[in-house]
Parts: sequence; structure tokens; C-alpha cells
Amino acid sequence: MALNFGYNISKPRVIDIDRNNLRKSVEIIRELPELQACIGCGTCTASCTAGNLTSFNFRKVHTLVRRGEYQGAYEELNKCMLCGKCRLLCPRGINTRGVIMLIKRKLGDF
Amino acid sequence: MLKVAVIGGGIAGMQTALRLRELGIEPIIFERDKELGGKVRNWHLLFPTFTESEAVLLPLKNRVAREKIEVRLATEVREFDSTSVTLASGEKIVVEAVVVCTGFTIFDARVKDEYGYGIYDNVYTSVDIERMFVDGKFAHWRGEEPERIAILHCVGSRDEKVCQRHCSKVCCVTGVKQAIELKRRFPKADIFNFYMDIRMFGPGYEELYHTAQREYGIHFVRGRISEASPLMDGRVQIKAEDTLTGRPLRMSVDMFILLVGMRSNSENEHFARTADLRLADSGFMQPKDLFVNNVCSNEEGIFYAGTVTAPKSIGEVLNEASMAADRVAEYLKER
Repeated sequence: MALNFGYNISKPRVIDIDRNNLRKSVEIIRELPELQACIGCGTCTASCTAGNLTSFNFRKVHTLVRRGEYQGAYEELNKCMLCGKCRLLCPRGINTRGVIMLIKRKLGDF
Repeated sequence: MLKVAVIGGGIAGMQTALRLRELGIEPIIFERDKELGGKVRNWHLLFPTFTESEAVLLPLKNRVAREKIEVRLATEVREFDSTSVTLASGEKIVVEAVVVCTGFTIFDARVKDEYGYGIYDNVYTSVDIERMFVDGKFAHWRGEEPERIAILHCVGSRDEKVCQRHCSKVCCVTGVKQAIELKRRFPKADIFNFYMDIRMFGPGYEELYHTAQREYGIHFVRGRISEASPLMDGRVQIKAEDTLTGRPLRMSVDMFILLVGMRSNSENEHFARTADLRLADSGFMQPKDLFVNNVCSNEEGIFYAGTVTAPKSIGEVLNEASMAADRVAEYLKER
């Protein structure tokens, strides 16, 4: 019988650009280069209907995807209701809804 | 003719002298170097339009020569007050007023030893990069094209640990400009700019930032690199927080570039003491006020132009130099 002493090993939280596979990230940026113009202002997240009811944070999810951190991104993006408010408000004119659809398409077959 | 001393022969000094001459005053430029031009001489292309620095320097230099303005090269000023300038040789020159155009000092990146400048290979400053563009020669570890480049903003700026609390203002846009230039030169390279805040204060700067993001695919990561370490193969590993995701981030890069800030000249303290001038907390000279008397010192007859009072862009410096000359002429008339 295994005894639980209360110890465990934490997985490193670091984003390691050397180890991450950036292929999907590069493809996403190539298809929608305007995503690179994000200045992290958070307007999308502030206006987000889903984000007001759940922990969904679009700004964080797409930034992580651009760094090659794909795990959980698809599931997170499922929280989006595609209402498009963020797209109306983005000061950089990014087609945020298009970004969400693109990332889901790219990561769905990952 | 009334004689006015202009200390420093950079763009501020040249423009001040030219405007003084237009106003019927006889300027005399004292320049420490063997050549006029100051720091702009070390620069290749200027933000935000990628204009060659020569396009600024040559017209100024040519006009100074054509107007036969007296220039004393390789001449260091030891002391001055509102009526005289004493040179390092001991020679004393009597003048009617003094315009201080002594500029700034580039922050010594070796002070931030956690970034390894001067210790590890492949760590450069923004000044080194300009030099490489001027010479067309890129030092690189295996003679191969770099695949990944990191540019760190605010080295020696906004940093109390190295007594530089002020913002150097022009490095942000310089970082964006150099990222674009490097991307043009090395199209396959991934370029990451690490910033604390991006301050795009001038016309066309924000647009340049947007162009860098959209057209050149430069990656901007909000987070300050905390340390760098050398890898076995000569590359440099850097660590930062990607603050927009709240996660630590690390990567290895082929070139690590430090955007060094503008700091005050160490001579400022001596000049302040000997001529009763006020210093700002940053060590730059403190103008009489920041509005209508921003080119005047607290002493009658001593004026400032350019980066001797704070970091500034080239356009701002040239405007200020003309203004300083106008105020000198006003002072001489009203005296």
C-alpha cells in the first residue's frame, strides 16, 4: 500500500522557448499577422461576456499560444460564445473572433 | 561683435552657433573631440524614418564651415562662468554669455553585470549594433546568421540599483528601429523585445511600433530580463517573466542586445559647483524652469541646449538649440 506523505513534485511553470514547438504558433501568426499587434491592454478580456462568468481570459490564452504553450488552450477557447464584443473594442483592430476560430482550428487536430 | 561661448560641438552646439551667427552674434565652439558631430556620429540610421545620420550632420557641419564659425577642436573646457571660459590648457577666454551643449554619457552596460556585457560572448549594446550597421560587419559566434535575437529595453534607465531613476526616452523607439533593421538583415531570425513599458512619444513612433509587430513579426514580451548566462555553445540564456501570462520565461539567443540609456555627464557636478548651477536629481543640469525658461540656467548669462538637461530626440535638440540662441540674443540686448 502506497503511503501518502504529502510530498509531490511540481512541474516547472517556466515557458521554455527552446523546448516549445513553435510550429503551430508560427502558422497562426502567418495566417493572421495582426495578432502580433496586440499590446496587451486587456480590453478584450474586460468586455468578455464569458470572462465575466468564468475564468476565461482571451488575452492570456492567445499570448500563451504565441509562446508555444498550447495545453488547455482549445478547452479554454470553448468558453468563448463568439459574441464579438472584443472585436468591436480592440484598439489595434485585431479580428479577435477570427483569432479564436483560427487557434481552435489549428489546435483541434494537434 | 559680441562673443558667446558654445561648449560642445554636437548637433546642439552646431545649431546654437549657427543661429547665434544669424542673429549677428559671434559664436565660438569648444569641442573635446577632434571632430564636430558628437554622439550622432556613432549612429547609422535615425528613427522613425531610417534617415542616414549624415543627413543631419553634413548640412550642419557644412554650414558651420561656410559661416566660418570659430571652432576649437580637441579643446577641453575646465571651468566657465557667465563671462569667461577657462580651458584645460589654462587659457581664459572672455565672452558675453555661455551656452552649455555638453550632452550626455552613454550608460556603461558593464555596470549591470547580470547581463554579462564584456564578460560573455554575443552580448552587445545598442551602440555596438549601430557600429555594426555602419561597418556592415556583424560579429557573430560562428560566422552564421543569428536565429534568435533578444533586445532588452531600459538598461541603465528607470533603475534605482544603478542610480538611474529617469527614463532615457529615446531607447524604446531605438529598440523598435533596430529590431526592424536586424529583421531586414536577418529575415529568418526571431526577434524578441523585452520591455517594461513601451513609450512611443513622437510622431510616427507608434506607427513604427505597429509596423514592427505586424509587418516584421517582432515579438514584444512585457517583462524585464533578470539575468543572462552563457551556454556551452556560446549562446546566451536569458530569463524573464512574461508578465502578460504571469509565467516565468526563458530562452537561449544568438545575440543579446542591451538598449543602453542616456546618463548625465560626470563633469556636470564640477560645472555646477564652479558656476553655481543647479543639478536635477538625475544629475542632468536643471533648467530655470521646464516651460518658458527651459533653455535658461539659474544663472544669468548661462544657457542650455540639448541633452545636457535631459534625454531628448534629435529634432527636440535642434529646436531647443535655436531657442537657446534666441534667448542669448534677448539677454545681450536687455542687459
